[in-house]
Amino acid sequence: MIGSFGELLRRAWRNPSGRFGMLALAVLALAALLAPPLLKDPAAMPDVVAGATAPSLAHPFGTDQLNRDILARVVNGGRISLAVAGLAVLLSLGVGSLVGLVAGYVGGWLDAVLMRTVDAALAIPRLFVILLLLVVWERIPLGALILVLGTTGWFATSRLVRGEVLRLRHEPFVLAAEGLGMRARRTITRHLLPNAAGPLLVAATLGVGDVILLEAGLSFLGLGIQPPTPSWGGMVLDARPLIVSAPWTAIFPGAAIVVTVLSVNLLGDALQAALDPRSA
Amino acid sequence: MTLLLEIRDLTIRFPAARGGTSVPVSHVNLSIMRGETLALVGESGSGKSLTGLALLGLVPPPGLVDPASSIRLDDQEITTLRGEALRAIRGRRIGIVFQDALTSLTPVLTVGSQLREAITAHRRMSAAAARAAAIALLGEAGLPDPAGSFAAYPHELSGGQRQRALIAIALAGEPDLLIADEATTALDVTIQAQVLETLDRLRTSRGMAVLLITHDLGIVAGRADRVAVMYAGQIVEEAATPRLFAAPAHPYTRALFRAIPRLESAADELTPIPGSVPLPDEWNPGCRFQPRCSEALPRCVTLEPPVVPLAPGENSRCWLPARDAR
Repeated sequence: MIGSFGELLRRAWRNPSGRFGMLALAVLALAALLAPPLLKDPAAMPDVVAGATAPSLAHPFGTDQLNRDILARVVNGGRISLAVAGLAVLLSLGVGSLVGLVAGYVGGWLDAVLMRTVDAALAIPRLFVILLLLVVWERIPLGALILVLGTTGWFATSRLVRGEVLRLRHEPFVLAAEGLGMRARRTITRHLLPNAAGPLLVAATLGVGDVILLEAGLSFLGLGIQPPTPSWGGMVLDARPLIVSAPWTAIFPGAAIVVTVLSVNLLGDALQAALDPRSA
Repeated sequence: MTLLLEIRDLTIRFPAARGGTSVPVSHVNLSIMRGETLALVGESGSGKSLTGLALLGLVPPPGLVDPASSIRLDDQEITTLRGEALRAIRGRRIGIVFQDALTSLTPVLTVGSQLREAITAHRRMSAAAARAAAIALLGEAGLPDPAGSFAAYPHELSGGQRQRALIAIALAGEPDLLIADEATTALDVTIQAQVLETLDRLRTSRGMAVLLITHDLGIVAGRADRVAVMYAGQIVEEAATPRLFAAPAHPYTRALFRAIPRLESAADELTPIPGSVPLPDEWNPGCRFQPRCSEALPRCVTLEPPVVPLAPGENSRCWLPARDAR
């Protein structure tokens, strides 16, 4: 990377959209980490009669059809949604980079086998694979959900990384690194991977958005995060019958999804610009 | 002088498109003494760079070094080395400087971190010691502000400075042989002279040998001890530099000299060599230079010319009888 990870962040910070993305993500992450214990839901007991109440001082985001505080649920849901998206994307980036690096650097029959496997996997719709994998459980453990989302998301990443490696493989600086007697692992991690980091970061940011939306869809089908545990996707879809009578039940979790996906994308753009030292 | 590196019968093959093989380097014999500068001169496509890469086991796939080839570095056969043993040669015993310094440096790392990496690839030392050694090397390579260059990214340096940084990186392993593969070709003439001067100073102070791969006979004069002229994958003439310049034996070498502009002769006396270097699959069975040779004999078409010894360590691959007083 550029000197250090801190240097990279400093450069991204100088970019207004990077600053916005970082700040928004920091607020979301802090809220998800610190707020839940402070936000004891004053209307935690389900109360179907009271139903959804509009935003007020006691409930700044209003309450849902079971009279649960939406602010508390958005914050708690963020904890789950962000953790699931972050971990799943990290997992798929890790697996995708590894497969792509090996296929691109080693080449030959290993490359052929790996890439034909990826072709086959890409030909099957992701949602279909996820549904098949998830029906095994009656109540899906969170870890299994992350594992399934992560291991079905790396195919495109591996193609991307392989393409970058093939592009960079015969660059003189890779040849020069090998000519200096550097170990293959060092050549890969220091000279190939950082130069492929731009496209990878974009893939990661798009992946975070994808996974948040995918998890919302799964929750709707009863195959994602199980109620009563809140998740943003689940909340939006729970709010479906109330969208006209109590729009706040959909607006706040929906806004949380939009803000998160937007800030991750802005941060991704800024990081990509910061990674290119010529843009300084 | 003692022998450092001996290349015997170096042949490199590439599988060609339609099932055949192309042989861009065939039966090359060369030896390099400790501390000397050997120039390997040839046009593009003559196989000179590939020969240099073969010394480091860096022939790009699908190219293969023929198993009958031998490259001995101080009595150690290095064509068969793999893995750790090969890594111990690269950078440590034989260093290389490529033509294009901008693309030879990783754009996302500072010059200093790449240099430090080259130092620690072969020697264990603390980060602070490596930094000090790196800055010392940059100074030795003639960079005006070593500490500043250490912190700079490759694109922040000028072409000459980048080439010097690349030389510093190649020197990091303290190699016995430095391959300069068109290392100054991309620079303008004055900077080129300075960088070559620096290379020569480093060669003397470190007692290392230099293999100067170039297409430019002009930079060979006064710098190389000996010259090997390469054409279409073969060494066609090998000679001590003064003899080569005074009396080139091979028609190709003579043609090369006629193609160099000289101050004392008029511009219209410049004679280009007609045609271009044939591709490896277009070589005729006889002399490979014959189609472009003004002195070719009938037998040159079908019969491969002999390597005629002219003096110890000097020879010419030609059918023409060696002329004595040229």
